[in-house]
Amino acid sequence: MTDQYAPSRETTEGRIYNLTGGDWDTLLNNVDPTSDDRLVLNMGPQHPSTHGVLRLVLELEGESVTDARVVIGYLHTGIEKNVEYRNWTQAVAFLTRADYLSNMFNETVYCLGVEKLLGVTVPDRARLIRIMMMEINRLSSHWVWLATGGMELGALTAMTNGFRARELCLDVFELITGLRMNHAYVRPGGVAQDLPDGAVEKIREWIKQMREELIGVDRLLTGQPIWVQRLKDVGWIGVEGCIALGITGPLLRAAGLPWDLRKTDPYLGYEEFEFEVPTDDRGDCWSRFVVRVAEMWESVKIVEQVLDRLEPGPTMIDDPKIAWPARLSLGPDGLGNSLQHVQKIMASSMESLIHHFKLVTEGFRVPAGQVYTAVESPRGELGAHVVSDGGTRPYRVHLRDPSFVNLQAVAALSIGGLVADTIASVASIDPVMGGCDR
Amino acid sequence: MSGPTERPVPEDSAPEQSASAIAKAAPPVESTLDRAAPFDTPQAEEVRDSAFGVERHGMFGVAGSGDTTGFGGLVHEPWVPAAAERPYGGGATDQDGRGYFDDVVDRLDTALPAFDRAVWKVVVDRGEMTLHVRREHLLELAATLRNDPGLRFELCSSLSGVDYYDPTDDAASRLHVAYHLTSMTYRRRIRLEVSVSVQDPHVPSVTGLYPTADWQERETWDMFGIIFDGHPSLTRILMPDDWDGFPQRKDYPLGGIPVQYKGATIPPPDQRRVYQ
Repeated sequence: MTDQYAPSRETTEGRIYNLTGGDWDTLLNNVDPTSDDRLVLNMGPQHPSTHGVLRLVLELEGESVTDARVVIGYLHTGIEKNVEYRNWTQAVAFLTRADYLSNMFNETVYCLGVEKLLGVTVPDRARLIRIMMMEINRLSSHWVWLATGGMELGALTAMTNGFRARELCLDVFELITGLRMNHAYVRPGGVAQDLPDGAVEKIREWIKQMREELIGVDRLLTGQPIWVQRLKDVGWIGVEGCIALGITGPLLRAAGLPWDLRKTDPYLGYEEFEFEVPTDDRGDCWSRFVVRVAEMWESVKIVEQVLDRLEPGPTMIDDPKIAWPARLSLGPDGLGNSLQHVQKIMASSMESLIHHFKLVTEGFRVPAGQVYTAVESPRGELGAHVVSDGGTRPYRVHLRDPSFVNLQAVAALSIGGLVADTIASVASIDPVMGGCDR
Repeated sequence: MSGPTERPVPEDSAPEQSASAIAKAAPPVESTLDRAAPFDTPQAEEVRDSAFGVERHGMFGVAGSGDTTGFGGLVHEPWVPAAAERPYGGGATDQDGRGYFDDVVDRLDTALPAFDRAVWKVVVDRGEMTLHVRREHLLELAATLRNDPGLRFELCSSLSGVDYYDPTDDAASRLHVAYHLTSMTYRRRIRLEVSVSVQDPHVPSVTGLYPTADWQERETWDMFGIIFDGHPSLTRILMPDDWDGFPQRKDYPLGGIPVQYKGATIPPPDQRRVYQ
């Protein structure tokens, strides 16, 4: 029997059908309904519910998943190799593109590593701006999780609402950094530029908007029976499983362990801020929903506290051997050197020109050694292993990306469940393939 | 900017570049996961320090300097991290300068009879401790670190490779594996480092102790060509399955690679080649 949409071939394991689109009537009419054939389903890498280019190979028995394999690497861009050929400051522009939903975290964790190697601390204002930008970024990332996760489960209003709310976060980023994503805003020694006029008011407005949007999540989803039933008791993993598989972040907290690097291994002075680490004890997709939404409320609280503490001051370290020589200014085409600086180096000071040239083309030197720094990204522990050979370029930078590590849980979450629940489970991991494949 | 001129492309690559050659040359290794690991391997081999700050060849065609402008002409002195002396410190220290690094090392010394053989150097730098471990003792040491009630390094945060390439010394232990272990109980972090040479790039797999190392070891194999003995399925993970060479080695250039996967087919993951 031949079917136009189901070509077959004979193998050592029996006849294998390759089902593609279309109608498989010819095939199905001839299948013995009591047979125990297995169905191997290839999901992705181009599939709307696999968060970019993730490929799942599922072995099915009826609708139950009996085996699940994850194939990654489709978005490997060689970021770690590339930064070895750029100077220490340029590397930020590469690393920010790894996990493209949590740019500020990628930039900050790397810069913390470089600063630890240099043995410098950033000015207080730069530190507070970093914290604020990271927390705004946590919200924008969680909004995308809610939007895509909702879309995959059929809650399309969750998607439109989520992306609308995320747009508000991106507006703040655009005002401050000039870009909506891939900012390269956090630099070794501080941040690229100070907050522009009107930024504080804009963020206060944003805080109000976020609180409204978060109430909207509760009104739309929290009591919604379909949403509850799609998530509760789906994709369970406990604390032991999480630790064995290296899973951190909302998955670990949803399993019941209040492990948040902002509290357990504070960096940038997070211990000054009042916020809770939300946990839940069910360890299923529902818990992860509850924990993430609660985390968003806490992030708003942190941003509010940062605004109250912001004092005028420098945003870049006062060390001309490290700090970018020019004040950057935001023009209509993005960030650039300020006009006064260009006039100074081109017209009046040869020494400034030489200094600018050396620092911009060659970069600064970092004493040899290696460090590991970690921050709590929206997806868990984001680590940076930074090695210097004493030169002007990183000798090696490895990002320990939580998406990469957490995706190892797919088999544990989905085997034994239904195919439809696999979608919910993968969405609850919130993988970002840019970070996973780097 | 044209491609590199000095680096051979994979077709005429040296033996160490070929994955299958390594797999063939390597002696058969028994699984170390479910039986007593080779803790008491008699010949403790010599591990040699590898130096930093060496020549590199890449797409900029620069040699002898980290300076991409070509104007600096600076040569770095090879740099080897110095062994630390007591007290090691770490975290909050007491009046003698002792911190949790001392506690960890003391506890390890008590709990692990082979500690002196297992760890050949302790480095404390920038508030982080690195234990340089002989690979024969890695599993034994990691098991103690994970299981001992006074240590409890439950989480393997990160595992990755670094290539300390030295073109003047072929036999150097240039490939390093760095294990970043976290104790959630005591909120401590330490780093283990194992170094091997390109000719014999075998390291025992820690997947039996830390299942999270599964993908991370696959990535380290993929990028550096370090073979983790006892890994359940050591296949490429980020690069295409039929890729030649190990991209993050320092003698592998950034650009100028011909498209290798043109016309190739990639088998499903369960049918891929396994390198043991």
